[in-house]
Amino acid sequence: MSLPALETRGLSKSFGALTVANAIDFRLDLGARRALIGPNGAGKTSFVNLVTGVLPPSAGRIFVNGADVTALPQAARVKRGLVRTFQITQLCPRLNVIENVTLAVCERRGLGGNLWRPAGRHRAAIEEAYALLEQMGLAEEALRPVATLAYGRQRLTEIAVALGLAPKVLLLDEPAAGVPSGESGRIIDAIEQLPAEIALLIIDHDMDLVFRLARRITVLVQGRVLVEGPPAEIAADPRVRQVYLGERAAR
Amino acid sequence: MAAPRSVRARVAGIAAAPDSGAAAVEAFARRHRFRPYEALPWLAALAAYFLFPGYLPLASQILATILFALSADLVLGYAGIVTLGQAAFFGAGAYTAGLLAAHGWGEPITGLLAAAVTAAAIGFLSGLVILRSTGLSLLMQTLVVAAMLGEAANKASAITGGDDGLQGMQVWPLFGHFEFGLYGRTAFFYCFAVLFLCWLAVRRIVHSGFGRSLTGIRENVGRMHAIGAPVMRRRLVAYTISAALAGISGALVAQTTGFVGLDSLGLERSGTVLIMLIIGGVGRLYGAFIGVPLYMVAQDRFSSIEPVYWYFWIGLLMVLLVTFARGGVLGLVDRLRIWGGKRR
Repeated sequence: MSLPALETRGLSKSFGALTVANAIDFRLDLGARRALIGPNGAGKTSFVNLVTGVLPPSAGRIFVNGADVTALPQAARVKRGLVRTFQITQLCPRLNVIENVTLAVCERRGLGGNLWRPAGRHRAAIEEAYALLEQMGLAEEALRPVATLAYGRQRLTEIAVALGLAPKVLLLDEPAAGVPSGESGRIIDAIEQLPAEIALLIIDHDMDLVFRLARRITVLVQGRVLVEGPPAEIAADPRVRQVYLGERAAR
Repeated sequence: MAAPRSVRARVAGIAAAPDSGAAAVEAFARRHRFRPYEALPWLAALAAYFLFPGYLPLASQILATILFALSADLVLGYAGIVTLGQAAFFGAGAYTAGLLAAHGWGEPITGLLAAAVTAAAIGFLSGLVILRSTGLSLLMQTLVVAAMLGEAANKASAITGGDDGLQGMQVWPLFGHFEFGLYGRTAFFYCFAVLFLCWLAVRRIVHSGFGRSLTGIRENVGRMHAIGAPVMRRRLVAYTISAALAGISGALVAQTTGFVGLDSLGLERSGTVLIMLIIGGVGRLYGAFIGVPLYMVAQDRFSSIEPVYWYFWIGLLMVLLVTFARGGVLGLVDRLRIWGGKRR
């Protein structure tokens, strides 16, 4: 049996009386296509922040490829292939598209601390970044500052940056959030074409996107895993319906 | 990987088949190359040497202060560390070189190196503590570091001369040959050469992988954490290098004027260097070369015309710049170029 790409055991986080993660046992295998869904406030983004090391957990452990990373800072987890994208785009807005991706590639290759060699001479890194832009259909915009791109294109840039880190586990936090519906198809296509060996976790509540991309779905409610299974099972599960319909009825 | 090789093939064939993508890679890879306009500051400095021989002492001070502003640009403009304590390192360098020269070691170049090491050590140690915070709280802590050093220098008047300043510096001839004479020719070329070497180093650093990642940290620190950059370490390295440069600048001023006063550690010096940098343009490497001469020549002229109220004119200049030319003189130049490009 191979080690899971990402695993959490008893992962918990509380802010005073508020519990955002309650003993979450979670396992993501190599090549997985998993979605994490749940109503607003279920603790989805907190889970991402715990796993990636933005938040320290109150209890529990986190493993990447079998190695305990609970005590490691964010940067060290990235080096082990644990990469995320953000719900709200996090890029360097005044730098151009290719530079945003090159920064990631250089960091992965350990060139970000080199004080002397001009960044332009890291030719292989720049070409790798450019190849990723081609893959995402961003090659024409390579020299444009990120801030001048349409939001959908920025979302694609963010995925290109993540790929520049050669992820083994990729957490996509609402990859199509804020994108006009006409453009979200392009993002879904890009995610479908990601290398098969990457373990993918998509955090979203856009059901179209989730059912198109995920082979298994984990439902999170109030910081707990409610149920996990293939999409058809989840869609038919009365508890899941109740959580979503109940939320809608309460509005 | 197959894809990068196909790109390389196209980059090689760029002349035969122009391709916007390959051109992008090419443009990006050439950014660190020297451009003709980069010779301008040096030609201007040499021209000033021949045209205004009576102003060489002022010119030397301008060159040394450009180095100080360059050190501030590295932390403020590139690393995004907002500081009001840069004078701590300037003063540390000035006192190091000054004390050496006052106590029997007046060799200028080793004096500079000692100043750089002292200032870098203070930058590193204080940076270890204060760079854990950001924004306003960081700003206050940079101020505190400078204030503590200033007060220490004041208290230790037996060593530093306190309010009266450090007396009795004996700076030896440069390379054992060129005296720092009355007309300031040696001082001018000494400052010129040191600034030139430091500028080459800073230029190299800001174009390096490290420099680009600093820019990334300034633009979006959350993004840099997420790509696995050791942000704290990068900022600490930048802060330390900047402190060393500021220390060299302080030592230059001490050695060429033969005097060190408590004002070398003062808040006014930290503030003034920021004003000069903002006038020129922050985060552009050349802002220091424009802002410092503008400010110091204006100060020299205004204070001879209007000895009491000259600060008023400096203030007016600042208000006009902030209102009409955000990004300083270089920001203005950029906008004119974009405007000119649109008209064409």
